[in-house]
Amino acid sequence: MEFKFTIEGGNFSKAGSASSEVKKILKQLNVNPKIIKRTVVSLYEAEVNVVAHAFEGNMNVDIDTDKIVVKIEDKGPGIPDIDQAMQEGYSTATPQVREMGFGAGMGLPNIKRNSDQMNITSKVDVGTEVEIINYLG
Amino acid sequence: MIVRDIVEKLGLKVCSGENGLNREIEGGYTSDLLSDVMGNADENHVWVTLQTHKNIMAIASLKELAAIVLVKGYEPEADAAEQSNEEGIPILSSEEEAFELTGKLYEIINQAK
Ligand SMILES: Nc1ncnc2c1ncn2[C@@H]1O[C@H](COP(=O)(O)OP(=O)(O)OP(=O)(O)O)[C@@H](O)[C@H]1O
Ligand SMILES: [Mg+2]
Repeated sequence: MEFKFTIEGGNFSKAGSASSEVKKILKQLNVNPKIIKRTVVSLYEAEVNVVAHAFEGNMNVDIDTDKIVVKIEDKGPGIPDIDQAMQEGYSTATPQVREMGFGAGMGLPNIKRNSDQMNITSKVDVGTEVEIINYLG
Repeated sequence: MIVRDIVEKLGLKVCSGENGLNREIEGGYTSDLLSDVMGNADENHVWVTLQTHKNIMAIASLKELAAIVLVKGYEPEADAAEQSNEEGIPILSSEEEAFELTGKLYEIINQAK
């Protein structure tokens, strides 16, 4: 089963809505609640990163009998140093974004902890793709 | 222990989401960093924070939190209150600061266990 949601860069009032749709679908499919929880945390963080750091993006969800594969791709500034971005506490969020409570530099580490597999590819001045895989077994 | 119990025991104001006052509380988390809450709060927790914008409801909904308690008399922004009503996850408000409020919540939630 495949689903696709769009994500608007800069629109914080909609941040989390794609993740919320995916959560509803996973619940309807009676996926194990523990796996839903982990997936929801990682999708939310990837979605908010598009809102906070990029211009526009998509969330592509592929639900198989044995795994959930989600690709969040965006057009944006890209990430010059992915290892550095993965470090807890590293953030380039603007002061306004930090004031809202974003920008702790915990989003990517949250994805790492809440996914079975996480792959990031990024090109500076082009965009970023985050792939999140969680196994249903 | 349900949300209504902490409202009564601590004299909290119910700002929105009154239809969720019977939600079960099993613990809590105090933080103003959204990713910290996303990573560490759990289902049926009360969340103590000073953030008042709509994203707190996105998190409360995704994590299935019991309620949000705003400190220092803060009130939710209109769109946050609206989503709180729709989802039946209450946003409460306390005149106290996070330290005092968290201490009291910790005590009454653990007494009930
Ligand atoms: N989609 C993206 N496009 C461009 N840069 C990104 C993207 N995702 C993450 N980054 C970069 O990686 C850094 C770390 O991301 P991470 O999600 O861990 O923290 P944050 O978004 O800054 O804060 P938090 O997630 O705690 O609110 C970001 O500050 C940003 O520099
Ligand atoms: Mg982030």
